[in-house]
Amino acid sequence: MDRPTKRLLQGNGACVEGAIYAGMRFYAGYPITPSTEIAELCARQLPRIGGRFIQMEDEIASMAAIVGASVSGLKTMTATSGPGYSLMQENIGYAYMTETPCVIVNVQRGGPSTGLPTKVSQSDTMQARWGTHGDYNAIAVAPSSVGDTVPETIRAFNLAERFRTPVTLLLDEVIGHMREMVTLPQPGEYEVFNRVKPTARPEDFVPFELTPNLVSPMPAYREGYRYNVTGLTHDPMGFATNRADEIAVKLDKLTNKIDNFKEEIFKSRAEMMDDAEVAFVSYGSVSRATLQAASLARQAGFKVGSIQLYTIWPFDYDTIRKLCSRCRCVIVAELNMGQIVHEVEKALPENVEIQPMLRYDGEIITPEQLLARLEEVI
Amino acid sequence: MATVEKQKSDVMLNYLRPRKKFPSVWCPGCGNGIVMGAFIRAVDKLGYSKDDIAMVSGIGCTSRMPVYMDFNSLHTTHGRALAFATGVKFAQPDMKVVVITGDGDALAIGGNHFIHACRRNIDITTILINNYIYGMTGGQGSPTTPGGSYSTTTPYGNVEKHFEPCHLAIGAGASFVGRATVYHYPQLEKMIMQALEHKGFSLVEVISNCHTYFGRLNRQGDATAMLRFFKERSVTTARAKNMTAEELENKYVIGNLHEDNEKTEFCDEYQKVVDAHKA
Repeated sequence: MDRPTKRLLQGNGACVEGAIYAGMRFYAGYPITPSTEIAELCARQLPRIGGRFIQMEDEIASMAAIVGASVSGLKTMTATSGPGYSLMQENIGYAYMTETPCVIVNVQRGGPSTGLPTKVSQSDTMQARWGTHGDYNAIAVAPSSVGDTVPETIRAFNLAERFRTPVTLLLDEVIGHMREMVTLPQPGEYEVFNRVKPTARPEDFVPFELTPNLVSPMPAYREGYRYNVTGLTHDPMGFATNRADEIAVKLDKLTNKIDNFKEEIFKSRAEMMDDAEVAFVSYGSVSRATLQAASLARQAGFKVGSIQLYTIWPFDYDTIRKLCSRCRCVIVAELNMGQIVHEVEKALPENVEIQPMLRYDGEIITPEQLLARLEEVI
Repeated sequence: MATVEKQKSDVMLNYLRPRKKFPSVWCPGCGNGIVMGAFIRAVDKLGYSKDDIAMVSGIGCTSRMPVYMDFNSLHTTHGRALAFATGVKFAQPDMKVVVITGDGDALAIGGNHFIHACRRNIDITTILINNYIYGMTGGQGSPTTPGGSYSTTTPYGNVEKHFEPCHLAIGAGASFVGRATVYHYPQLEKMIMQALEHKGFSLVEVISNCHTYFGRLNRQGDATAMLRFFKERSVTTARAKNMTAEELENKYVIGNLHEDNEKTEFCDEYQKVVDAHKA
């Protein structure tokens, strides 16, 4: 095995390393703070490995281009921040409907509107689930450090390919711009999943076939399978339908192909939770502070634990309930006015006290703040 | 005669999707069918492989066209076809990528993507069927609706100025631009062939009839009457050269309007970057 490659990277750089490791060979994007370094690095690195980078005229076009390129057969990505993520929602919906794998990175900043271009936020958490119109299911992944960002980006691509769906990688301004020493993975160190290709004869090919796991094999262009892709609600052949039975089947497919495999998709990190009476629940850069606060509280003799969500969506209510089974109080810390806290409320029985620890002034949540809140509840 | 008719229909049947349910969504007499026929015959004459053709469209009556044909078809969101097509072409540069679009799709909601695709001179053929109105939603004004014309959203006559799609494309950098009408069928078929063979961004604007809405609201009559109107109002580029601006008012100048075969193409230029920097 080669000597491990250590690099001092920003989170945005770690994201590009993870994406290229996962096989991303097509990037389309539009500059926006605090995600721009991802575009710049892709512009530099992709030609060197025979990949393709294009700066599109806006985020709507960027999202369209990565869907077009993914249908053509490549692994594709775009990166943006809140305002651009809003513009992308139209064609993210198209990707859900057409079951097109791709990864959308949202390096979150404060909103609404232009908001706080250079300040940290986690206020797009709900947008990652409900951003585009209609009924669908969503996958969103959130690393908490620069080092995490490499494997979590790989995981985002694997989930996109495995489930034929767009996946949002939720970074935030702190992770995106922070620099940390990262050990880059060796070839073979992480599994890289590629979309399942059809084996049927072209004349027998049913492009949106209801397979046992609800994920239909997906050919690239010029592999002999010519089929229709449409954003209209469609039958298994890919043709628009208005039939009540076919409409429900399609929407069930979009929802259940993810819900049925929640255990495979959900990932969390529970620390000191075995006997915890009070738990922090957090995700993204906030998890660094919650873990430290929990450790400090343990040193002081309090039974405090920390749950970090690596998968935000689909939210795994059962796992959270099990992990918090001994808790009397759960503190949900996030950089917004309260988004995931409502999911935690849904997960836990009424006798568990739920404390939101929210910050939405563009600053980070510190371990000291968390300890101060802890003192109030202990 | 019977044999000739049979051969003609065999060509069409060879390219229509065997498993797609017909009839089409189009009104009887719609110009879209004429354009689809011209496109199929152009592809057949050029001998392209069906696998190598990606047809990308947005939303509107015209944008339903790719669904009926046995190519790779990508029916996307309103106005965005060229952005999706850019992704397809850039990912698979050896494919023939064709965008089928209408005046509302390409020039209103998709106007930004249209000018930028022209600017990049990416090798995509765009067939823009211009019927001066939104058909699918029932007859609203579009960016090409002429001043004074009636639509359901210009009930007192259109007070806006209109786009000339060909001029817009030439100004934005497209390297092949031509205009035809659904009446001038042989010219249309030939122009589509030239556009498909052209390396770079090519635009074929096809003046077409929406007798259901534009014709009815503007008292232009049925499909036949509108075709006759196109015939009477069209002048060739050769004739137009000797005509004054006044004489050309309310005329359709048909033929090849612009061709630049020297202009570099986007995917080719990017490939040079890859070749120069690939490790």
